Amino acid sequence: MGEKILMKGSEAIAEAAIRAGAMAFYGYPITPQNETPEYFSRRMPELGRTYLQAESEVAAINMVYGAACTGTRVITTSSSPGISLMQEGFSYIANSDVPCVVVNAMRGGPGLGDIAPAQADYFQATKGGGHGDYHSIVLAPHTVQEQCDMMYDAFDLADKYRIMVVVLVDGLLGQMMEPVEFKDWADVKSYKTPDWATVGQGERSNRNIITSLEILPEDLEKMNLKLQEKYRTIEEIEVRFEEYKMDDAEYVITAFGTTARIAKTSVNMARKEGIRVGIIRPITLYPFPYAVIEKRVNQVKFFFDVEMNAGQMLEDVRLGVNGKKPVYFYGRLGGMVPTAEEIYTAFKKQIGG
Amino acid sequence: MEPKVIINEQRCKSCGLCISICPKKVLRISDKINSRGYHPAELFDNENCISCGFCYLICPDKAIVEVRRPEPVKQGG
Amino acid sequence: MKLIYKAPDTMTEKDTTYCPGCPHGIAHRLISESLEEMNLVKKTVIVWPVGCSVFGYYFIGTDAVEAAHGRACAMATGIKRVHPESFVMTYQGDGDLASIGIAETVHAAARGEKITTIFINNGNYGMTGGQMAPTTLIGQVTTTTPYGRKPEANGFPMHVPEMLATLDGPAYVARAALDSPQHIIQAKKFIQKAFSAQAKRLGFSIVELVSTCPTNWKMTPVESMERARKEVLPVFPIGEFRVIKGVE
Repeated sequence: MGEKILMKGSEAIAEAAIRAGAMAFYGYPITPQNETPEYFSRRMPELGRTYLQAESEVAAINMVYGAACTGTRVITTSSSPGISLMQEGFSYIANSDVPCVVVNAMRGGPGLGDIAPAQADYFQATKGGGHGDYHSIVLAPHTVQEQCDMMYDAFDLADKYRIMVVVLVDGLLGQMMEPVEFKDWADVKSYKTPDWATVGQGERSNRNIITSLEILPEDLEKMNLKLQEKYRTIEEIEVRFEEYKMDDAEYVITAFGTTARIAKTSVNMARKEGIRVGIIRPITLYPFPYAVIEKRVNQVKFFFDVEMNAGQMLEDVRLGVNGKKPVYFYGRLGGMVPTAEEIYTAFKKQIGG
Repeated sequence: MEPKVIINEQRCKSCGLCISICPKKVLRISDKINSRGYHPAELFDNENCISCGFCYLICPDKAIVEVRRPEPVKQGG
Repeated sequence: MKLIYKAPDTMTEKDTTYCPGCPHGIAHRLISESLEEMNLVKKTVIVWPVGCSVFGYYFIGTDAVEAAHGRACAMATGIKRVHPESFVMTYQGDGDLASIGIAETVHAAARGEKITTIFINNGNYGMTGGQMAPTTLIGQVTTTTPYGRKPEANGFPMHVPEMLATLDGPAYVARAALDSPQHIIQAKKFIQKAFSAQAKRLGFSIVELVSTCPTNWKMTPVESMERARKEVLPVFPIGEFRVIKGVE
């Protein structure tokens, strides 16, 4: 760990990814995250690493796919409409068992929408997004510092499971300046080409083939079952969440990313008035922390889910609650960010305040 | 004489391209049937084959495995 | 007996999935021979397309990846940029390269990516059953141009090498044909030049191979070769359209 540096979120995430060992970046410009590729374009050549601006998001994700097939730590960053274009690549990457990291700085949608912060890509990120039965690990930081720390986890998880890891942020985290402290540089010199990588057969006795194609249904089912096995392992051991003031809580707010950060202020407002409310903040959106929701069901009177969308994580909260307690929702749409007061007021309505 | 064209009958799909291209017309479709149900090409006139290799060049299925040319017979002593 | 020709081991013993008389197998053999002769087999990664050659990695014995439809040049770029010592090539059909993948192809060429593309032009979408491709000739009947390709409805055939030759990034751009032994010998020379352009890190290289599709053209293999010669080659002429200094 070094000293604290004041950095903009969209640049800090790039620096963190570089220190976490990103050896290649392929991407395409899109607001509100252009500072991130711009930062990569400056830093990667300095370090003798690869930076390439692709002709489209479609090309960018397939370049990522190619580099991932060589076992190189590779990343792309984009925002909602660009991420939609990449879904085809995500699906292929999933069924090829190759590692990569994708950052989505979510903006208001659907369609071209706007460039303001949103959380409306939750379904797309956590439930697959592209075709077929697959998942990516989805991480949702709520501060610039957490976002930086998470880049290391993102690459480590990607390599550990040979899977795509999505870091789901929004324009608010990107535009925010905060002091950050970076973890130590990853020892990239120690990286070796994995034995499964397609870089030319060389001295290997077998040749490597990476494909998502398996024409025989009985074999494709086996391929799918292997993927599902991987997902069950991830669901078992990689769930991460934060509980905030939950010990004595009578009510719980569920929120992720930026919304969770704002909701912490709302919780403190409530606490000042003697209302015992806490927060469950999923850090991994996939795998979702259903168990902690279940664990708190008997303790609290209701769940209050807050998101910058029309209620997407809400469905997972409900799955965890499983009908045992009411689950209420408050959301803002189209790039509108709720204030702490707003959330508190909406919450108080539910307790009859 | 050893055959100048070695054909892997199992790989042949009976497309007929080698036969069409052969300048000496020494190849033909045989009456045999391979395991995939094709009548493979065969070299029926080895003597007149000039080892030009056209059949090898046009074969899409690696069924023409080798083309060989007899060494010139040394004259005199 | 002196060995004149011997089929390359790099073309595997697995039976191809191609129809009888389909020149994909000829292209595979030329690539296999060239990789062997240029001592590239163990360094090679082939990016296979979506189309009839989707299973190509079973038939040419190198490391391989299977791209999404049209994305081969992007994937090859991704590999080559982080592994410049690998020999990276794509193998694509006319639907894959000239239709859905034209952006990836043009931009890889414009960037001068040190990759090689072998482009099979058989004038239609073979695997999906013979639909119109960007290379379908005017008047040609396909399953989606049942009255023949009409310029006013379907536009004109695309000449990919001629287009790419206008760019500064490519080191070698050529078109050859697979319809006759003479043309096949020439095609191999072009392929080897394209490979050398990459080996020497001179830039992007591409060889279009005018091919046939007996099944969807509803012709015998022999008739389809004749059609390629008489009808296709006048529209898609053989030639080298861009050869920069250093390509051999």
